[in-house]
Amino acid sequence: MSERAEGLWAQVSQTLPIPLEATLACAPGEVLALVGPSGSGKSTLLRTLAGLVRPASGLIRCQGEIWFDGERHLDLSPRQRRVGFVFQNYGLFPHLTALENVMEAVDRGSVPERRARSRQWLERVHLQGLESRKPHQMSGGQQQRVAMARALARNPDLLLMDEPFSAVDRVTREKLYLELADLLQGLSIPMILVTHDLDEAAMLASRMVLLSRGRTLQSGTPDEVMLKPNSTEVARLLGNRNIFSAVVRRQDAVTGETVLDWEGEEILALVADPLSLGERVSWVIAPGDVSYRYPGTPEDRPGHTYLGGTISTLVRFGDTARVVLALPGAAERTLHLTASRQMVQRSNLAAGHPIRIALPATKIQVFREEGAGSKGRHA
Amino acid sequence: MDWTALSLSLRLALWTMLILFPVGILLGRRLAWSAFRGKSGVEALLALPLVLPPTVLGYYLLVAMGAQSPLGGLYARLAGRPLAFTFEGLLLASVIFNLPFAIQPMQRAFEGIPKEVREAAACCGLSRWRTLWRIEIPLAWPGLLSALVITFAHTLGEFGVVLMVGGNIPGETKTMAIAIYDQAQRLDHSAAGLMSLVLLLISLAAIGLSYAATARRKRRHV
Repeated sequence: MSERAEGLWAQVSQTLPIPLEATLACAPGEVLALVGPSGSGKSTLLRTLAGLVRPASGLIRCQGEIWFDGERHLDLSPRQRRVGFVFQNYGLFPHLTALENVMEAVDRGSVPERRARSRQWLERVHLQGLESRKPHQMSGGQQQRVAMARALARNPDLLLMDEPFSAVDRVTREKLYLELADLLQGLSIPMILVTHDLDEAAMLASRMVLLSRGRTLQSGTPDEVMLKPNSTEVARLLGNRNIFSAVVRRQDAVTGETVLDWEGEEILALVADPLSLGERVSWVIAPGDVSYRYPGTPEDRPGHTYLGGTISTLVRFGDTARVVLALPGAAERTLHLTASRQMVQRSNLAAGHPIRIALPATKIQVFREEGAGSKGRHA
Repeated sequence: MDWTALSLSLRLALWTMLILFPVGILLGRRLAWSAFRGKSGVEALLALPLVLPPTVLGYYLLVAMGAQSPLGGLYARLAGRPLAFTFEGLLLASVIFNLPFAIQPMQRAFEGIPKEVREAAACCGLSRWRTLWRIEIPLAWPGLLSALVITFAHTLGEFGVVLMVGGNIPGETKTMAIAIYDQAQRLDHSAAGLMSLVLLLISLAAIGLSYAATARRKRRHV
């Protein structure tokens, strides 16, 4: 991977002012989402790629050209790196019109040529007719589009977007998602999107990298990362509340079938790595992988654990609902699951209702508890 | 009415403004955006003329310009005439005592430009000159303009430093402020009153123009 000439490859490290120890790669035409909580270093990493922040050491290569090499003391300025940068608050030039803002980024050709190309870019982001407006005369969504047009007008080798949707309202945001997805589809440069919104990452990016405290923790397709976190830390950062502690009761060395003791309840999982009997482990399941059982459906599918409990909370988010299930027993145990709007309506789900759920063994991930050696791997 | 003194005062104010414009931009930008060791010390030093009695500042400048001092000696060798009690000496003193009046508003103006805007200019590939000319100066313009106006008006009115460094040589160092003092000493109140009125009107016009330009700009760019 480190030898790829095309696309972006970066490995940077520093300890101050914000610790950073990150490696990432992004192919031409690929949208890579940098996801992480506030203060995880994702914006700093993006600014490092643009040349706005100089890391202590590392290597940044884009489309065959070396932009930064700590060993050789090579550090191209943002002007020399061909980047298109969409800032969080857009960074539009407030005294220039939309057209003039875009024209500043077009560096080749005569003034009429630059003007014509800038007009084309504004048309591509659906801003025809607003060329002579100044930023303060435009809505947040329109400003974001000008920023996008300006970033692309430079014909960049790398497109960087720093939380470009954070300053617009939800309705505008959803419209912009579709437009942006459409716009990015036609580009053949590496594109990096910083966001703390997992849905945004899943919608726009083909791959994502999860960052925490300046370190890259996991990368993969949004589905891979979200459904198969490689550690309890990643699961926690992704907002998964279904992280539990259990003890290994038995394991079949051939099939990997492992039975865990979760506060007296038997949970079936598939674990490739051999675990010791009595070993304490963490098990994780994504809320979307917990399946709701309609009353009366048989509970005999192999490779599943069936549990029953009472709904303690049900919160609707658009087309889905987040259900918190309280399980019976001495210890206070709750499990989160996602239910569709249909499911909620068909079964009249509400707080206080008893329900049954199934946990597919293939969807359960088991990790050795932190600090107790390497993590166990899912089969 | 001493027309020579008026012309000298205007000439001094214009030259001071012209010199302090690039100097102020250079220092103002640096102080606004860079953190470096000793920055507070530099800022304090530049603000010193605000609190120092003009005669004290004038005295030190006069000593520094004397033929015996390194600066005065060097100038005399290069230019073939002394620095003290000449227009050039007066101009140098004027530039020094106007430093805080020019730099501080410029520094505040540059501080007001959002970091993202400056970074966007770099990421758009704009050269440093183009960024300065096309982005920074237009955005900082109200602050730059008021710095120029204050410098201009302040130079017209400065008395203590001018008297110490320039003395009272007609056509060379006798400014309007000195001429007014002269006429008042001679009890020629009509001349002193007329010249004072002219100075007042010029200062008022300059300040009024600066405020009007700033207000107009605010309406246009929010």
